[in-house]
Amino acid sequence: MRRQDPAARWMGAAILAVLGAVAAAAPLVAPGDPYRLTGPALTAPSWTHPFGTDDLGRDVFAGVVHGAATSLRVGAVGAAGALLLGVLVGGIAGMRGGWIDQALMRAADFVQAMPRFFLAITAVSLFGGGLSLIMLVIALTAWPGTARVFRSLVVSTRRREFVLASQAAGAPERWILRRHVVPLTISVAVAHASYQAGGAILAEAGLSFLGLGDPSVMSWGTQLGFAQQMVREAWWTSVFPGLAIALTVLGCNLLADSVGHRTDRPQPIP
Amino acid sequence: MTSRTFAAWVVRRLAVAAAVVAGVAVVTFVLIHLAPGDPIYLLAGDGGSPAYYADMRARYGLDRPLPAQLATYLAAVLTLDFGYSFVHQAPVSRVLLAHAPASLLLGGAALALATAAGLFAGVLPALTRSLAVDRVVRWGASITYASPVFWTGQIFVYVFAVRLGILPAAGITTARETLTGLAAGGDVLRHLLLPALTLSLPFAAIIARVVRAALVEIAREPFVLATSARGFSRARVLLGHAVPNVLPPVVTLVGLHAAQLAAGAALIEALFGWPGVGHLVLQASLHRDYPLVVGAFIGISASVVFFNAAADAVCAWLDPRVRQT
Repeated sequence: MRRQDPAARWMGAAILAVLGAVAAAAPLVAPGDPYRLTGPALTAPSWTHPFGTDDLGRDVFAGVVHGAATSLRVGAVGAAGALLLGVLVGGIAGMRGGWIDQALMRAADFVQAMPRFFLAITAVSLFGGGLSLIMLVIALTAWPGTARVFRSLVVSTRRREFVLASQAAGAPERWILRRHVVPLTISVAVAHASYQAGGAILAEAGLSFLGLGDPSVMSWGTQLGFAQQMVREAWWTSVFPGLAIALTVLGCNLLADSVGHRTDRPQPIP
Repeated sequence: MTSRTFAAWVVRRLAVAAAVVAGVAVVTFVLIHLAPGDPIYLLAGDGGSPAYYADMRARYGLDRPLPAQLATYLAAVLTLDFGYSFVHQAPVSRVLLAHAPASLLLGGAALALATAAGLFAGVLPALTRSLAVDRVVRWGASITYASPVFWTGQIFVYVFAVRLGILPAAGITTARETLTGLAAGGDVLRHLLLPALTLSLPFAAIIARVVRAALVEIAREPFVLATSARGFSRARVLLGHAVPNVLPPVVTLVGLHAAQLAAGAALIEALFGWPGVGHLVLQASLHRDYPLVVGAFIGISASVVFFNAAADAVCAWLDPRVRQT
């Protein structure tokens, strides 16, 4: 029996909804370029600068507000990559079986064994940093876990009586997948993809922290990279962007937990 | 299961690991040839003489067809020849090996801390049978797992090094003092504490989560009921009988997160100025020392894959059932 706090069920969704609202309202809440100098350097949080300013007088609050869109995009791309490629690869492997299954799962092992963070560092070094390159690397490396889980679900669903019955009745494989297998398994794949969103956000923030991110967009990781030089005198330059990352990743993971828990048992068959 | 079949199992696992490393080398080869600019600078480094480049062009066979180039490249990688770093004025493999011990010390210490803390926190709910404790452990693990190490590290530096002034904030030794023997070891340990603690946190969180969940499952096993029925104390049933059975999943989990551990270590090394491979990669990337970046990627991949295989072997050794699959 697995239990979960009822609070956790809606908290994940609530955190991400607030984040989406902040990202959408960024031009209204904090108008202008977040890299703009707005006041004296290193001032503590106040009414004019709720999260204080950094060593160049940039408003930390504006950075956090504008960074939301970057993290949201990266998270969405990570989740989408995991979901699309994971369902495709896992679905084919689970439905076909045999050597195709073997080959696809070995490919999944391979991608999973590759240290994606260093792959991203290598790609950024060779090709030059850009958010689309970072998102591409993240999307192309996010799928193996989801593929593995989805494959095992497809395999177990395929053995159930109603699937066997439609197979015996001559239904085509693609129809069985769409009509019977995907509806029973997709929510678990979505949950897995949500975990990947959290991982993707952490990866982008890490790269930006190291100074390998996209210099043309605001990112919480970039803010923490700047804060590295001034955290001794100005705690606020680190605390607020970091809190934003932690909350967002927590939101993705809580959402994943709640979806997974709701659907990890086979649903009743009408 | 005899020791001979176990040896065969290990050999098979190592063969898989070697295949993965070869695959990583193919990926880097493709990246080098897709990247803009002349691949010779990516293969041989930036800053050599024209004669050197002519020599290296012949060596990597850049005038030959791509499959032949790939074969040459793979042969070079498999003999640990990753080229020459002009920034360090030394072969890449030597530069990497010189920085490996610091990273292994950091990673090993973090793993040890994470295992101890994760087991402790994961056992607490079952040991105390308190819903409040359970809730604290679950939420604590969720929050810790979501917090980026390069942020918690900054907070720790602010609290322990800046405000309290009890631990050093950067480096591996105290630069102004020349210590020897035991004092030098103690100095390194003092510098190790904050980075290792920071790096250990997310891994402690996943270990705690898995241990807690596994104990909930195991508590319903007949052997646990049987030991309880014999009148053993709860602590003895848990620590003597239940916990040994959750160790294999913990080892597997740690093995699967080797890549994240390496990535976390790189971030921590950058944050604390810890002179390991991660710090090296970052510097190499900023200085466009391409052979070093690519060589480090292959080297780190190989260590991650090897670590995975080692975790599987430990698991098979702990749990005979694993060997049969």
